[in-house]
Amino acid sequence: MSILINKNTKIITQGITGKTGQFHTEKCQEYANGKECFVAGVNPKKAGESIFNIPIYASVKEAAAETGATVSVIYVPPAGAAAAIWEAVEADLDLAICITEGIPVRDMLMVRNKMKEKEAKGGKKTLLLGPNCPGLITPDEVKIGIMPGHIHRKGRIGVVSRSGTLTYEAVGQLTELGLGQSSAVGIGGDPINGLKHIDVMKMFNDDPDTDAVIMIGEIGGPDEAEAAQWCKANMKKPIVGFIAGVTAPAGKRMGHAGALISGGADTADAKLAIMEECGFKVTRNPSEMAKLLKAML
Amino acid sequence: MKIHEYQGKQILKKFGVTVPRGIHCTTVEDAVKAAETLGGKVWVVKAQIHAGGRGKGGGVKVATSLEKVREYAGQILGMQLITHQTGPEGQKVRNLLIEEGADIKHEYYVAALTDRATQSVAMMASYEGGMDIEEVAHKTPEKIIKVFINPLVGLTDEQALTLAKGMGMNEASIPQCVETLKNLYTCYMETDASLAEINPLIHEGDGTVKALDAKFNFDSNALYRQPEIVAMRDLDEEDADEIEASKFDLAYISLDGNIGCLVNGAGLAMATMDTIKLFGAEPANFLDVGGGATTEKVTEAFKIMLKNPKVKGILVNIFGGIMRCDTIATGVVAAAKETHLSVPLVVRMKGTNEDLGKQILKDSGLPIISADSMAEAATKIVEAVK
Repeated sequence: MSILINKNTKIITQGITGKTGQFHTEKCQEYANGKECFVAGVNPKKAGESIFNIPIYASVKEAAAETGATVSVIYVPPAGAAAAIWEAVEADLDLAICITEGIPVRDMLMVRNKMKEKEAKGGKKTLLLGPNCPGLITPDEVKIGIMPGHIHRKGRIGVVSRSGTLTYEAVGQLTELGLGQSSAVGIGGDPINGLKHIDVMKMFNDDPDTDAVIMIGEIGGPDEAEAAQWCKANMKKPIVGFIAGVTAPAGKRMGHAGALISGGADTADAKLAIMEECGFKVTRNPSEMAKLLKAML
Repeated sequence: MKIHEYQGKQILKKFGVTVPRGIHCTTVEDAVKAAETLGGKVWVVKAQIHAGGRGKGGGVKVATSLEKVREYAGQILGMQLITHQTGPEGQKVRNLLIEEGADIKHEYYVAALTDRATQSVAMMASYEGGMDIEEVAHKTPEKIIKVFINPLVGLTDEQALTLAKGMGMNEASIPQCVETLKNLYTCYMETDASLAEINPLIHEGDGTVKALDAKFNFDSNALYRQPEIVAMRDLDEEDADEIEASKFDLAYISLDGNIGCLVNGAGLAMATMDTIKLFGAEPANFLDVGGGATTEKVTEAFKIMLKNPKVKGILVNIFGGIMRCDTIATGVVAAAKETHLSVPLVVRMKGTNEDLGKQILKDSGLPIISADSMAEAATKIVEAVK
């Protein structure tokens, strides 16, 4: 088992014909069961053609109907990315993974509220991962996104993080210590996004094949604190926590649009304190995340 | 992206919010002329910099004669204005706003911003305007009224009325206040703002509701569709090195320490800075080279870091994924040679083609110190700059 995706997942790629989409689709196909998993691409202008032996359809709805795909990954450029997310939602997919970086916040506000409105009216709920995220991977089964596949190893540790390279850092450390991953999930660095730490922690808690979790956060926003409070009351598995940005100054955007200290409660120190209080093993040394976790097993 | 108060007021006016009549100028002569043009007996001379707290720092003066306008404009133009938001060195004043005086009966606070937790637009209002709102929020949070606006619906009449009444707005001014709040919301959405703050919003003796200040911040992801906002950008107010870095698609922020860092990925960059601090030193900068670093980009990154005279050593931390370690190593060697690097350099590389990358560094003949983990890299660079 794993969370969200496995070797049987059928995936549509939105933006498959763009430079980024092509590059990563090929890498994803090469990884584990990728050739079986990536079943469709979308581009209204190239419907009927194919790329890397993947048929291209005019719309997500059509691609889903023809192939039975339930997940989509989005590489569409920023100006059209929110519309691409909405197309996946309207097609009633289970999960949309948006890799695109640089989507206007207003567009994300609109699409997130449209998603909530659809659910409130009894429509199917589509989960969103991202935007501005590396995607997610279930090692030795399927990789959806831009992470380097070869650093992963199949195992029983969950990893969730906002940052891409910091996710790779945690995964790399785990693999070096002989600990594999059940799934590694990058939720993205934008202020308005889909799945949050708390949602992924709930899934890891319910996954019988996850024994422990590394949860990585950043300065800015209330998400890590919210997840920590939930874990305190519900989480049955050990957690190692790290928050990047102890040295980040207030009022400066540290690369990620969401990594910006706005009040007093969203500094790294404040989040580390809350996580510790909620039973996480927290560290201020990101080089020892995996080591700490191993000691807890 | 930030703009000046006078530009913010132009935007507010365009969206129907009442603002005082005012004229932007850059010389003392023009300031006096502006006051003459505006007429009246009272003028406000306001320093225009991209930072708050200007009044306390001596950047806002009320003049009761044209001579006083001349005197204050002369004092303020060219001064290094120091506020709690500028840092100790302050910000040079290059622009002034000359405004007609206002008949202030009370000062209120209103602001709109995007709320992450509820994924809506939060609008806040308070009776306690004119002062540091963070202090109000901290000491007496009950004095700040908030509504959360569903962007699919917009600010409703009911919500606007809740705010206007909740902020204790002068009874006779409530209808205009409701209108002002609705206009502010429209303005916030249509300009892709990430913050729109009026502090203070006032009511005058005749009941008129007016914005006496305007502070905006805009979503940089949306600037491509906001040419009018982009035209308001004032590069003089921004850090020259950060602008230079952005030309090469590098995210750079200068800090106060002495160890330059070059990292791929924002999260890993922050984690690297934190590790440096953990091992007893301070980072000189945040620098994310992004996902597709080329030799040229790495060289530019080195040049920008080395412009900072405080830099006594450099730490490169790369987790090679799509970006291969050998590419980065080649870039680092070229950059070190081109910049005639004379400070210690520690490189930590992980991931794709790690061994190849290390070999390139070794074969370069340069005194590059190699490290396996972030902690080891930080220990080594902290030791090297001692």
